[in-house]
Amino acid sequence: MTATPEDRARRGLRESATFDRTTIAAIQRAAETGIYDIRGWGAKRALPHFDDLLFLGASMSRYPLEGYREKCGTDVVLGARNARFPLHLDIPVTIAGMSFGALSGRAKEALGRGASETGTSTTTGDGGMTPEERGHSKHLVYQYLPNRYGMNPDDLRRADAIEIVLGQGAKPGGGGMLLGQKVSERVAGMRDLPQGIDQRSASRHPDWTGPDDLTIKIAELREITDWEKPVYVKVGASRTYYDVKLAVHAGADVVVVDGMQGGTAATQEVFIEHVGIPTIAAIPQAVQALQELGVHKQPGGVQLIVSGGIRNGADVAKCLALGADAVAIGTAALIALGDNDPKYAAAYEALGSAPGFYDQYQAGQDPAGITTQDPELQKALDPVAGGRRVANFLRVLTMEAQTVARACGKAHVTHLEPEDLVALSIEAAAMARVPLAGTGWIPGQGTW
Amino acid sequence: MSTTFDLATTPLREVNAALHVEGLAGEYVVENPRGAHNVAVGLDAPVTVTIRGHVGYYAAGMNQRADVTIEGNAGTGVAENMMSGTVHVTGNASQSAGATGRGGLLVVDGDAAARCGISLKGLDIVVGGSIGHMSAFMAQRGRLVVRGDAGDALGDSIYEARLYVRGSVRSLGADCVAKEMRPEHREELAGLLKAACYEDDDPADYTRYGSARTLYHFHSDNTY
Ligand SMILES: Cc1cc2nc3c(=O)[nH]c(=O)nc-3n(C[C@H](O)[C@H](O)[C@H](O)COP(=O)(O)O)c2cc1C
Repeated sequence: MTATPEDRARRGLRESATFDRTTIAAIQRAAETGIYDIRGWGAKRALPHFDDLLFLGASMSRYPLEGYREKCGTDVVLGARNARFPLHLDIPVTIAGMSFGALSGRAKEALGRGASETGTSTTTGDGGMTPEERGHSKHLVYQYLPNRYGMNPDDLRRADAIEIVLGQGAKPGGGGMLLGQKVSERVAGMRDLPQGIDQRSASRHPDWTGPDDLTIKIAELREITDWEKPVYVKVGASRTYYDVKLAVHAGADVVVVDGMQGGTAATQEVFIEHVGIPTIAAIPQAVQALQELGVHKQPGGVQLIVSGGIRNGADVAKCLALGADAVAIGTAALIALGDNDPKYAAAYEALGSAPGFYDQYQAGQDPAGITTQDPELQKALDPVAGGRRVANFLRVLTMEAQTVARACGKAHVTHLEPEDLVALSIEAAAMARVPLAGTGWIPGQGTW
Repeated sequence: MSTTFDLATTPLREVNAALHVEGLAGEYVVENPRGAHNVAVGLDAPVTVTIRGHVGYYAAGMNQRADVTIEGNAGTGVAENMMSGTVHVTGNASQSAGATGRGGLLVVDGDAAARCGISLKGLDIVVGGSIGHMSAFMAQRGRLVVRGDAGDALGDSIYEARLYVRGSVRSLGADCVAKEMRPEHREELAGLLKAACYEDDDPADYTRYGSARTLYHFHSDNTY
């Protein structure tokens, strides 16, 4: 019989906070294999996050709106700065870019269905655009990545918006990877690669470097598509203030900022946990950059989409209050589809994992049929039912955000503002630039 | 009969829009490019376009079906991601010529700078002169022919693209090696040289380079 934690404590056994069991296992694994750990999901360590922020509901000094009855708008327009056809979304929650290759064709279809049903956009990813995805997505954002797998002008013209990806929150400064198990015949064909190899993709764009070049690159994409489509620029959160300024100078219509909690399909563990800054630290930097350029929440301005660890409507509302125009979700959408569902407990166990812990997106053995290219495993996911689950989840996120917005007296979710927020910790107060709860103190800004 | 656009008097956006009109056919001339960026990008028609002068970045980017001639030098990323058709630069090309190109033929009569054919995905490139460093970096598919010399780190992390160089190679990148010229390679090279109007070259003077395929799977010795 194994000892319980209480038994061990009684015996005077004490676990090291520095070398805890997870750390010990990591060292043992490294010593055994000689290769770094690659996994999916996002940062797992505790970080200052949306849970460290609270809303100040209305009472005497602010006037609330009636829940359910009074109108609280949720629509957003993205990319009206230069594009002839900006995106009109019904809700401020979008589906983030996740590649066909990392995800199964069925998963991509389900995300498209869910997004379309709720009037929002979904996004391609590293592996190019599939007909299933285009067909099932009302608003489809086409990613333009360093690797340019499958990039072609026909898909560019078929897209509703173009997202130039400089980086991801899970790995700012890193390129993509897709391990051999997932480089199936179809995936390899779409990427012009040999089947079954461990695909590593570039971290830099092949034909431009720096913001001046990016200006010309954005102009090229506009010329190719006759100035019809909004052009987004996506950055992983690190030097966000400068990156956002440079992206706007380069001509971005929309800036996407992905915090370090953001999910990934396959990245080195060391990268996921140690590079980048938390989402709540990135948003105020991005907003400050946009404000200084006079394009934040302005007609013909530049919109901000935030992602990285968004799980519920409160997180959505907090992003909007801090100054985002919309948000994007990755991991939560996969969970809505069935990722980490306890009903796959036995299958996870067989893979050495468990519901709530499964992060082996790179391995291609996903019992939920989401992060796999195996034709048999994919059958676990019904794209129609999956689409409905994603739509349900998106509706809940929206209704929750509306609930909070009404409580704060806002007739539109995007009317939420930093003034509606307080922080639970000094760290969160300093990063999000809102006062510590019960005080007027924002660390780094004046005195109490 | 050809239609002429003068970039000195017509905005670029109008010129490109005119070249995107559905059902376009015939011959077009673009005068006075004066180093403009993004000239004749996104074409998708069986037309002939002659650009009389030097161009800036991304000329003929993402070309489909059109035959484009640039009478002068080209800036960064000429014919980037081209899909089909031909692009011919009579002068020199700056860096990233033919980057990520997926089909068709790009001919540069002069030299091409760094990163020529970077992330190549099926395009054929023939360079009359020499190419700079990091050329054919991560090149996946397609062929790159160089009549002169190649700079440092040729074909670093290359996949299945085939490189033919007549002159010297300053250094090879990670996982790129010289390979035997078998009859099928000589034949392939002869065809490419002919298509680029260099049929007098003897394929036997060229060396073939390609992937040693040791980086195809992650392992602990991949210290690159
Ligand atoms: C399975 C998976 C695949 C991803 N693929 C891409 C990709 O191809 N391109 C990209 O820019 N981001 C990719 N991402 C990151 C997402 O676009 C997004 O930034 C991130 O998931 C947001 O954080 P969240 O997962 O906490 O919601 C991927 C994320 C996941 C979970």
